[in-house]
Amino acid sequence: MAAEREPPPMGEARPAELEELEDGEDLFTSTVSTLESSPSSPEPASLPTEDLSTNSNGPKPTEMIDDDREDLFAEATEEVSLDSPERDPILSPEPTPAITPVTPTTLVAPRMESKSGTAPAGFDKSREEIEEEANGDLFDIEINVSDPEKVGDGMNAYMAYRVTTKTSISMFHQSEFSVKRRFSDFLGLHSKLATKYMHIGYIVPPAPEKSIVGMTKVKVGKEDSSSTEFVEKRRAALERYLQRTVKHPTLLQDPDLRQFLENSELPRAVNTQALSGAGILRMVNKAADAVNKMTIKMNESDAWFEEKQQQFENLDQQLRKLHASVEALVCHRKELSANTAAFAKSAAMLGNSEDHTALSRALSQLAEVEEKIDQLHQEQAFADFYMFSELLGDYIRLIAAVKGVFDHRMKCWQKWQDAQVTLQKKREAEAKLQLANKPDKLQQAKDEIKEWETKVQQGEKDFEQISKTIRKEVGRFEKERVKDFKTVIIKYLESLVQTQQQLIKYWEAFLPEAKAIA
Amino acid sequence: LNFTSRTTVNEYLAIFKKTVAMHEVFLCRVAAHPILRKDLNFHVFLEYNQDLSVRGKNKKEKLEDFFKNMVKSADGVIVSGVKDVDDFFEHERTFLVEYHNRVKDASAKSDKMTRSHKNVADDYNRIGSSLYALGTQDSTDICKFFLKVSELFDKTRKIEARVSADEDLKLSDLLKYYLRESQAAKDLLYRRSRSLVDYENANKALDKARAKNKDVLQAETTQQICCQKFEKISESAKQELIDFKTRRVAAFRKNLVELAELELKHAKVIMVLFWPLFQLVLSIKC
Repeated sequence: MAAEREPPPMGEARPAELEELEDGEDLFTSTVSTLESSPSSPEPASLPTEDLSTNSNGPKPTEMIDDDREDLFAEATEEVSLDSPERDPILSPEPTPAITPVTPTTLVAPRMESKSGTAPAGFDKSREEIEEEANGDLFDIEINVSDPEKVGDGMNAYMAYRVTTKTSISMFHQSEFSVKRRFSDFLGLHSKLATKYMHIGYIVPPAPEKSIVGMTKVKVGKEDSSSTEFVEKRRAALERYLQRTVKHPTLLQDPDLRQFLENSELPRAVNTQALSGAGILRMVNKAADAVNKMTIKMNESDAWFEEKQQQFENLDQQLRKLHASVEALVCHRKELSANTAAFAKSAAMLGNSEDHTALSRALSQLAEVEEKIDQLHQEQAFADFYMFSELLGDYIRLIAAVKGVFDHRMKCWQKWQDAQVTLQKKREAEAKLQLANKPDKLQQAKDEIKEWETKVQQGEKDFEQISKTIRKEVGRFEKERVKDFKTVIIKYLESLVQTQQQLIKYWEAFLPEAKAIA
Repeated sequence: LNFTSRTTVNEYLAIFKKTVAMHEVFLCRVAAHPILRKDLNFHVFLEYNQDLSVRGKNKKEKLEDFFKNMVKSADGVIVSGVKDVDDFFEHERTFLVEYHNRVKDASAKSDKMTRSHKNVADDYNRIGSSLYALGTQDSTDICKFFLKVSELFDKTRKIEARVSADEDLKLSDLLKYYLRESQAAKDLLYRRSRSLVDYENANKALDKARAKNKDVLQAETTQQICCQKFEKISESAKQELIDFKTRRVAAFRKNLVELAELELKHAKVIMVLFWPLFQLVLSIKC
């Protein structure tokens, strides 16, 4: 299955469009045909692009449904020529090979109802519902990653994690189900999603990082606290990764994601191994990309992009600094905990050798207090880490994905520019051939010109589309970031408050003991 | 917001407080001592209203100290083997040896703990300034949030630094002081043991002299002097050791009570500071 070329199914209730699309044609071609065949839709002068650009919406999936509903929606098209840009993206699928409709499946239901009559009203209502769904109010899916289990022995051993999904979204076959997945499965999922969606402007959440050291310890069977910590850290990271991925309305529709969550068996993703052929190819490509990026000098016509890129650059730097400070805090707090425990033991020993009875007792109690405080420090360090530090780490990686998407836009622009240059060359070649009077070659040249004219227009369209998608994605990202940070920081502050409350309790209990020394 | 200069000032103040406290304890002890309080040097120190020109130890004196210590530790090994007939001193010796070692350990661990506390406070400082930078640069609604949380960390940091300083003052310094005190007590026992050995040697010499009937008078005199020295030192040592216990209990009580009170105060202050800021953070619309 050519996953990249084929658009994901747009919902179970629309087999008609699916059949049309499965030919591997891109959306445009089918749109062209439906437009041309539909009497009530505006006649395209030349290519559909021109026509569609006058509409503030792109080609609608509606236009590909069977003739039955076509008129209905064509009407709606005219009526609902929108001004508000944020409503745009919701209904327009991206006119590129790897299609992703933003419309969730529930869109279908209201659509069917509107068939019976009140077309525009029904249409509007369904759009609102779609918007709500996209904004996450009706988003009902919860993912948990749990029960890490070691499978196998020696260097071939791996950890299997249980992925449990609870959802009311109809797209899934059940409302609650779970599967077993290993780390490379997660990487495989991310790889697929990134390949499909990053180059058209979607910010695909990055998967947790590989760790050869960490995993080797686990494989070797070291049952100590550092390997348990490592497994727990990874489990939490995998959970956050999936939660972020399903929160993305577009990615949620992806069949690979659904397969990952639902299928009991998954083909092993070997290409994710660092030292495999694919892994090395990835590294080479990354290096090539880095070089290319440096050589692309883009004429940015849109100040928004330049501004945003600068903002993300600044944010990246600041987050890295903050992350380093928080990691230092985690380290020092663990040290504090260890030192407090050591002191507690020492104070207990001192209490034992003290021959004044009351003082001896007070010292023992001091030792107890300090032991409890050590526990507090440990818990606080845990909170420091899992809430604060990991959040920052996640966002540093997310921003790298955002930067990647901006880079894709640059590449897209470059492709468009290159097409224009080639077109120019072809035109010059044709002019030369005209003078040289070689009719057979001339026809070929004319065909090539036509081909490259299409490519140029496609390139421009792609560029506009990716720009539009990125704007939307960045808006969504910013909203999510604010929400994420607020939630986590509040939880973290709560943990700090709790620690203080406990400290008060402990010292309040100790004070009378100290005073009792006679 | 000048984070570094304020930290330096606070650190300086903390160290100053420490030094002042130690000096105060020292002077009070001398003043309370029945014999030392009468010392002329002490009176001059307290009353002379102009600059005392104290000179530090010169090389010769430092060298003397060094050798004295060497002799003492070598000697101490020999002397400590001698078992004491007096129950009181025997018990004190056993007690002091163990106590000294444990105080040493507790003092070292307490130092490490207070240092860790300080490290955490320093981290809060850095986090606070990072959050501030983020807050001033961020374009989203989250910026006010960052600024408020930065303020929170900054205020908490100051308190945590004070906690560390107070622990240092009340706990670490106390232990360090009693480490030296218990060493001094051990030294006193050593001097008494030394004097006992001298006394016993003098007894043996006297017996020998009587047996040989040579230098008997001299041997008798030496023996009497040694006996007096020994009895005198035993008497004052006993008193000193009893005082040592009383003082120790009182000092520990005072410091532990003050430590608990300070820890409580700081924790409550953090809560008081925290609460409104926390509420404010919760109310920020995102």
